[in-house]
Amino acid sequence: MRNVHSIFLREIRSYFVSPIAYIVISVFLIASGFFFAGNLQFWQEASLKGSLDSIQFFLLLLTPVITMRLISEETKSGTMETLMTSPVTDFDVVFGKFLAALGLYMVMILPTWIFVLFLYLFGNPDFGPIISSYIGLTLMGGLFVSIGILISSLTRNQIVAAVIGLISLILLWVMGFLSSYGDSWYYLCLKYIGTFDHWESFTKGIVDTRDVIYYLSFTALMLFITVRVVESRKWR
Amino acid sequence: MISVRNLTKRYVNKAAVDNISFDVEDGDIVGLLGPNGAGKTTTMRILTCFMPATEGTATVAGHDVFNDSLSVRQKTGYLPENVPLYLDMRVKEYLYFRARLKKIPRRDRKQKMGECLELCGITDVQNQIIGTLSKGYKQRVGLADALIHDPEILILDEPTIGLDPNQIRQIRKVIKDLGKKHTILLSTHILPEVEMVCNKVIIINKGKIVAMDTPANLMNQLKSVRNVVLEVKGDGKKIEESLSRVEGISSVVWREKGEVNEFIVEAVEGKDLREDIFKCIVKDNYILREMKRKAITLEEIFHQITTTETEEIQKNA
Repeated sequence: MRNVHSIFLREIRSYFVSPIAYIVISVFLIASGFFFAGNLQFWQEASLKGSLDSIQFFLLLLTPVITMRLISEETKSGTMETLMTSPVTDFDVVFGKFLAALGLYMVMILPTWIFVLFLYLFGNPDFGPIISSYIGLTLMGGLFVSIGILISSLTRNQIVAAVIGLISLILLWVMGFLSSYGDSWYYLCLKYIGTFDHWESFTKGIVDTRDVIYYLSFTALMLFITVRVVESRKWR
Repeated sequence: MISVRNLTKRYVNKAAVDNISFDVEDGDIVGLLGPNGAGKTTTMRILTCFMPATEGTATVAGHDVFNDSLSVRQKTGYLPENVPLYLDMRVKEYLYFRARLKKIPRRDRKQKMGECLELCGITDVQNQIIGTLSKGYKQRVGLADALIHDPEILILDEPTIGLDPNQIRQIRKVIKDLGKKHTILLSTHILPEVEMVCNKVIIINKGKIVAMDTPANLMNQLKSVRNVVLEVKGDGKKIEESLSRVEGISSVVWREKGEVNEFIVEAVEGKDLREDIFKCIVKDNYILREMKRKAITLEEIFHQITTTETEEIQKNA
């Protein structure tokens, strides 16, 4: 665990000495701020209805930017060699990086509590759905980051990692919509794999263990594959 | 310290390292010598557990590189070729990060870092961002990183590549000093370096070991061909004729250099013919301006070994 911590600290630091963290966070906050204001005006209701979906959408667009460099940069610059020849396991590295990216993701959504503060000051919001939505956002963040880190481990080019990451997340998102075309088994499968359905129940104030398990197991699977990919340097 | 047995690393269609075996004793400074693409880096990557071998075994500091890789990594310091570093970090931060990864207890970290900074001569740049450092300094940061956990074995891949002559001299001195406390395996394709620094040389070519000995022994082995270089004033043709009549001389090469003539005289095995040559020249009243033995450098040995090997391979193919 100490290695995970060392790697986590280095990655977090590296985010904040480069402009990337600041750019991503400000783009996200500006965009979601606009949508919060718009939704508030439209619905005239002390809730995050509508704004949460736009927050979720911006997170989907921006997490690939957070995760793109995680492993691809190390492969490209060769620091993978110094890292992997020091006494750390592949899992330590992957998990430390995962936590760092997830940490930045959390830092990114933290200021959106200002929206909640506004709702509280000028209205009487129901905190149930708000809290469950943030639980949902966190779980979803884990999934998005783990997908991003997997893709980052597959290429040494950061731009490629970002683009493929974005495409994968969008596909994962729209997959859920396909279920409206019918209810044969494969549509149901796609619906289950897609994130949208699971996310929706969180916004309604439902924390269903099935959804929690969906997110956690999907994240674990992605991290597992990433560790294998990192290991694959040994037998490729 | 390091023991390598029948190590082979095959890539898709060719063997980068082909059935090599060698030992490195405690306290040795061993030079792994070979042309580019000979398999030096691959060997080192296997020894540092970056990649496994296809066949064979390697033991480093008593641990198997495949089964007990974490212990091996804890006991070796590795400086990869081209010294990859995190360019956005400060020297001090980087070393601190590496010290943590290498499990140096918190209370020792500061002191260890200070020692390494001092030893590698980078104390005055410790607050600089690594990306802004010159190649020589980066190299030293890499070396400091390799040293920080006081490893029993140092594996250095081309530690002096890309440095200017002064820096090369400094790094070599550092390596030599380190050799007093550590076992060192270093790779290079610069020969004088091996002569200066190492007490054992392993020459590899096309993935195979072609020679393994001390630098001095290697040179002795090939001293059987002993050349003498002469500079003589006079009629070159005649001198050549009379020289080739001297007993024990196998070949004479004559080259005109303005007023004087240069001869490279090759003697048959093991004979020192300098006196005979002198007598021969003085007898005919020519003027001998210079006579020297042509010392064989490691460079020539290297060239000789690696090129004959190539020719053999070509013949076999």
